[in-house]
Amino acid sequence: MITAGNKLTETTSFVSTRNACKLCSPLGACIVMRGMEGCIPLIHGSQGCSTYIRRYGISHFREPIDIASSNFVEATAIFGGKENLFHALDNVTKQYQPLAIGITSTCLSETIGENVPMYLHEYQINRTKLPVLFYASTPSYRGTHIDGYHEAVYAAVETITKKNIVPKKTKRINLISGFVSSADLRELHEILISYQIPYTLLPDYSESLDGGAWEDYQKLPQGGTTIDDIAAMPEASGTIYLSTSVNSSRNAALFLRDYFGVPATNINLPVGIENTDIFFETLNHITGQKTPVVWEKHRSRLIDAYFDGHKYCSGKRAILYGDADFVVAMKLFLEEIGVVPVLAADGAEMDFATILETSAGLNPDFVIGNSKGVYLSRQLGIPLVRCGFPIHDRIGGHRILHLGYRGTLNLFERICNTLMEAKQNAAPSGWTYI
Amino acid sequence: MLEILQERKLQVFEKGTDDYAIECGKASTAGSVSQRACVFCGSRVVLYPIADALHLIHGPIGCAAYTWDIRGSLSSGAELHRLSFSTDIHENEVIYGGETKLYSALNELIERYKPAAAFVYCTCIIGLIGDDIDAVCSRVQREKGIQVIPVHSEGFKGTKKDGYRAACDALFRLLGKDNETPVSPYAINIMGEFNLAGETWIIKDYYRRMGVEIATCFTGDGRVAEIGRAHRAKLNVVQCSGSMTYLAKMMEEKYDIPFIRVSYFGIEDMSKALYDVAEYFRNDKIMKQTQDLVRNEVSTLLPRLADYRRDLEGRKAAIYVGGSFKAFSLVKALRHLGMETVVVGSQTGSQEDYDYLKEITQQGTIICDDSNPLELSRFILEKGADLLIGGVKERPIAYKMGIGFCDHNHERKIALAGFEGMLNFAREVHATVMSPVWKFSPARIKNKKYLQQNTE
Ligand code: SF4
Ligand code: SF4
Repeated sequence: MITAGNKLTETTSFVSTRNACKLCSPLGACIVMRGMEGCIPLIHGSQGCSTYIRRYGISHFREPIDIASSNFVEATAIFGGKENLFHALDNVTKQYQPLAIGITSTCLSETIGENVPMYLHEYQINRTKLPVLFYASTPSYRGTHIDGYHEAVYAAVETITKKNIVPKKTKRINLISGFVSSADLRELHEILISYQIPYTLLPDYSESLDGGAWEDYQKLPQGGTTIDDIAAMPEASGTIYLSTSVNSSRNAALFLRDYFGVPATNINLPVGIENTDIFFETLNHITGQKTPVVWEKHRSRLIDAYFDGHKYCSGKRAILYGDADFVVAMKLFLEEIGVVPVLAADGAEMDFATILETSAGLNPDFVIGNSKGVYLSRQLGIPLVRCGFPIHDRIGGHRILHLGYRGTLNLFERICNTLMEAKQNAAPSGWTYI
Repeated sequence: MLEILQERKLQVFEKGTDDYAIECGKASTAGSVSQRACVFCGSRVVLYPIADALHLIHGPIGCAAYTWDIRGSLSSGAELHRLSFSTDIHENEVIYGGETKLYSALNELIERYKPAAAFVYCTCIIGLIGDDIDAVCSRVQREKGIQVIPVHSEGFKGTKKDGYRAACDALFRLLGKDNETPVSPYAINIMGEFNLAGETWIIKDYYRRMGVEIATCFTGDGRVAEIGRAHRAKLNVVQCSGSMTYLAKMMEEKYDIPFIRVSYFGIEDMSKALYDVAEYFRNDKIMKQTQDLVRNEVSTLLPRLADYRRDLEGRKAAIYVGGSFKAFSLVKALRHLGMETVVVGSQTGSQEDYDYLKEITQQGTIICDDSNPLELSRFILEKGADLLIGGVKERPIAYKMGIGFCDHNHERKIALAGFEGMLNFAREVHATVMSPVWKFSPARIKNKKYLQQNTE
């Protein structure tokens, strides 16, 4: 989805990708796996992929992110990676004593045609007391980090719920989140808790990728969706999946619907009043409850803030970029506050160099998205409002709240304040009141 | 207590307790969360600072996306190196081959960005889908009239060291192009210095003040044309020997240029790096100027270090870096700050490197090769370190354990080389070790009690 307002500037299209606005699929899968309790990701491929992905994630979350690798060497690529995988599973189990190991493939293991499901089957035959093993196929030449994210959710749900053959039906609710911040996941928890019914939030790296200070080194940081909670997903009275871009054949909510009859709803990330209203309506519908009062209050406060701040952003022109789920939701939010998204670029289809070239004639006032947009912001000489993933040049990127009424309020204030600051900095007199 | 994986037992050594040769240079153990990267990473590090070249990464998007602008290598002009170019291959290319896409990508990028040369990095799967990269490169080279150099850096075909080698091979092909531009009889090449936070500029300035010219720096603030006349320098000065010795040897063989190894970190090593060059030229004026320079720099530096040292005296440090040569300098530099090294390791050290580390460290020091987060966290605790020196991947280990951290990797944004780098280093170490925040660390509080009980 790429939209450009008014006039679309002519740019030559490039065969190559210049300054990519997307990442590779194992990254998304690893984040999901670190959002499951006691789960360690294991990348089936060569060392570099896992190290790069760790480094990328650590720079954003500023938390330890251990990702194992089966460490392909030349012989592995020729004779196959079964030995390496078995060896890696043995060693990871010994060192980390994990509750689960999420295995993801790489371009390399996919290209040589590794049959990982078969390997895993064989591995489990004569071994007992193993952690849960599940496998997400994530070649990056097919899809981006977001596809990897959804794939890992699907793989975890499919593998773990299988054992729940005749689920009893309860009042549980399933909430599958898109790729959001640790703070967003905490917000989702609070919302679900306020409905006072049992729930499964998957994934959940609200703690594991934003923990406190430690007394002892934790091999795998605490927190995450428990295996039991995932196993209970078939019992729920509904699944809400905060993604509209997820491929229907790899959509965990549809899987739960088709296998266990759990009604499924895919909606946008709840950013902006309208998106968030839909989220609450869906929750209300599944639970048969009304929106708890506290959220009504937050909603009202948000509207009041919109009134206070509308002038600072009304008619301002924004360049928005990121993954599809983020961009779709953010675009509606921006429109809702009167900002004109002159360019809304899905990183899977448009790279930063093209965004920059396209922006030339669009007269933007600000850029909004992850920290890689610094490059756009500097070239265009306009401010950047940081949100989404990754934030590599500030601390607390993983604590930026985007979701719900409170997240929207946070984003709204960030936008207004950024524009006000730019105005203040540009004014000769500086102003003390704006 | 963490058990060290059987396969890794000989890669960890405690001075005074153990008595064996440290195992090294082997592939990482499967399932161990190695801090190492890949062959491609090695090549990318070395070639990346060449600012007027096109760096095209042939492969799927990840390898390019993760390395976009991650290094702090500065340029005084062109900044093409800071852009990330990828052929971003998809399923279609995996099945039918990526040559056509590579060819078009090279063409459009050369046309658009007018680079002085182009490097094409092969990542893992290119080695498998059978693209004839050499053929595509030489075709484009013919058509476009610039050098287009394939870098065979498929990630799984070895370790980072093999990547350095592939980069050296690529650099070697840029040599010998310029025989016209005058080159001083006192010209040297600096090798393995990447201008992180402007470090090359600091070093170049020292040599200039001595009366020595820099023909080329491999590759900090690098330019293709400058590399083309490197073969006419009189001496190669190799820092970061892990990455560049191979090229220095090739140059010695082909162009008869001798080389020396140096390090620009710490006071002794920095001074020695200057004196060794002065001695080589056997020129009184150069020697005199070198003596003046070193005396000057050291005498302004030492009193300023003393302030930091007063606070840091007796603190303990852990070092985990990529190449072990840097570790040597750090052990010595830390002594100037009154700090002892209690843990020291590297991703890619050699047998001799580790032997040397055994020599220069104290009893009880842990020396490790290709370590992982679990081991490092355990060593830090056991030895009561107050500081970890490493890269971004090691940072959370330090912070979660409530100790200071200093980034000494390629991503650093503060110059740590040279005499002024030593001062920055002291400042960095002081700022992090002396920060009052650690008093809140539960790990620190617990460990303090534990260590006290054990010494009583
Ligand atoms: S090979 Fe594939 S999985 Fe590995 S870093 Fe590159 S794009 Fe990602
Ligand atoms: S695919 Fe290969 S070259 Fe690319 S990051 Fe992974 S190991 Fe390195």
